[in-house]
Amino acid sequence: MSGHGVALRVVACGKTFADGTRALAPVTLDVGRGETAVLLGPSGCGKTTLLRIIAGLETPDPGGRVLFGDSDVTGVPIERRNVGMVFQSYALFPNMNVADNIGYGLKVRGVGEAERKARVAALVALTGIEGLERRRIDQLSGGQRQRVALARAVAVQPSVLLLDEPLTALDAALRERLRGELNRLLRTLGITTIYVTHDQAEAMALGDRIVVMREGAIAQIGTPRAVYFAPENRFVAEFVGAANLIEAACNGATLALPGGTLPVADGALHGPATAMIRPEAIKIVPAENASLIGLVDSVSFLGDRQRVLISAAATKVITADVPNAIALAAGDRVGLSVEPAAIRLLPGDTT
Amino acid sequence: MRARAIFVAQLTFTLLVAAFLIVPALQSMLAGVTANYFRGIRSGVTLQWVLQVWQLYADTILRSFVIAFATLGVTLVVGVPAAYGLHLRGDRLSRAVEEIITLPLAIPGLAIALALLLTYGGLGSFRRSWLFILVGHVVFTLPFMVRSVMAIFAATDVKTLDETAASLGASPLRRFRDVIVPYARPGILAGSLMVVTLLLGEFNLTWMLHTPLTKTLPVGLADSYASMRLEIASAYTLVFFVMIIPLLVAMQIFAGCRNEPAGPRR
Repeated sequence: MSGHGVALRVVACGKTFADGTRALAPVTLDVGRGETAVLLGPSGCGKTTLLRIIAGLETPDPGGRVLFGDSDVTGVPIERRNVGMVFQSYALFPNMNVADNIGYGLKVRGVGEAERKARVAALVALTGIEGLERRRIDQLSGGQRQRVALARAVAVQPSVLLLDEPLTALDAALRERLRGELNRLLRTLGITTIYVTHDQAEAMALGDRIVVMREGAIAQIGTPRAVYFAPENRFVAEFVGAANLIEAACNGATLALPGGTLPVADGALHGPATAMIRPEAIKIVPAENASLIGLVDSVSFLGDRQRVLISAAATKVITADVPNAIALAAGDRVGLSVEPAAIRLLPGDTT
Repeated sequence: MRARAIFVAQLTFTLLVAAFLIVPALQSMLAGVTANYFRGIRSGVTLQWVLQVWQLYADTILRSFVIAFATLGVTLVVGVPAAYGLHLRGDRLSRAVEEIITLPLAIPGLAIALALLLTYGGLGSFRRSWLFILVGHVVFTLPFMVRSVMAIFAATDVKTLDETAASLGASPLRRFRDVIVPYARPGILAGSLMVVTLLLGEFNLTWMLHTPLTKTLPVGLADSYASMRLEIASAYTLVFFVMIIPLLVAMQIFAGCRNEPAGPRR
């Protein structure tokens, strides 16, 4: 039951609504066969609009095209696109039981009862909801509903699977568990998947590639590692994970900061720069022979690590995540060290 | 002290209901089986008036039910898709349409009937058929159906259900049948009950629109009050009750059991 996906190509698809609001600037996006692309961004960034254009629930502005494999589906209504879709609310049909929900797409396609039953049974097993087949929808928990919605969407062996914040309605612990399950399932099925979320942890765990969106445009496309370690602008740096963004003068070899200097790897830049440093890249070292000195403002013990706020080192407070065994207290004078490769200099334009 | 005040209020309310609703209804039905109303129940109990009503008005009673259910059919076929369409669009135009179809509730039935007569009274065979009354009844009851179905749609995200069914490959007609109608069923049943109840008692419009050959139950009742013995009119009321109450109870039961979704309860 794997490998039914097709490559997806979105070409110059923008969306301006009837009232003149521009929800999406023309975007172009290629998703490989079997790949999972996560559309990540804050609410109102256009990610859901893009998903709905791919689904066929919205028509792109003139000039935009959507291709599934080699076929242009721009003018094809959703019911003939062979997609699978899971909404945030799951939208399970309340007048059908679990098995009938999962089998609905097959029934619509005229699949015979015997085959339908077999395929529903296989999906029930795959999603781990055995024993619930005859249940009514209102007798299911949130996690069970999510599984039924997913089973229903993949039952039709869609060309493209579209997931619109499928885990957002669940509580944190369950969300984390289902994220793992979902990841395994997507890999097993090998369906081309578009996954919309505002949760960067979800995006990094599930995506082969992440499409970071902002104000109706794509801010960056890349693998989770690329987006995390090499953000192309301030927005991506701040939205994906925690980041220290420090304004400093760069002389090509070092950054000059109020508390000292930091060596950088990127030797080309001279003049004012914005340096992005992840909190976990900052190490606390003895103050005596450190090139950068700061004062501990506060320490929050988080169990697996401790989060330290450090002032006086840079123009603003630096956040550092350090191992939980180091003894630190507010007021301590500490040295800071960062691997030159972990400092990323950003173009100063976009905020 | 407070509990006592509440008890007194409840008792008063119950007595008022009894005095103005139940007692007159019973009184009226009793008159229908009294041999001579002016001498009272002592004159004897008889079914002759009921029999006479049946002989005189059987076709009227039958026609009433035919018109009521035909109207219900039209309001269902027109009203449910209309409600869904209005809900999906949800813009200024659809709110205007909703207002316009609700307008007949605020206008006296007589005025609507008069307008229909002025406009279509010249079409002889249409004017003389029961279809003319059907049109009036549809105009009068359509808003009840549309509104009660729209109330269901407004309560939840039915659009996403529709989009989900579409993503699974269902055509618009198919998902309307498989998803929207089952979902709207409580509203459809409530609307149906309302439409039938209103229609069987509808007098205003029908009185203006009817011809001697297209009378309905309430018009027949007015007719019998005006032209016959009081006992016959009362017996008519009795027949009316005997036919209506089981019908409404049956519809309620039907509504109740069809509302139970499939599958075992836990």
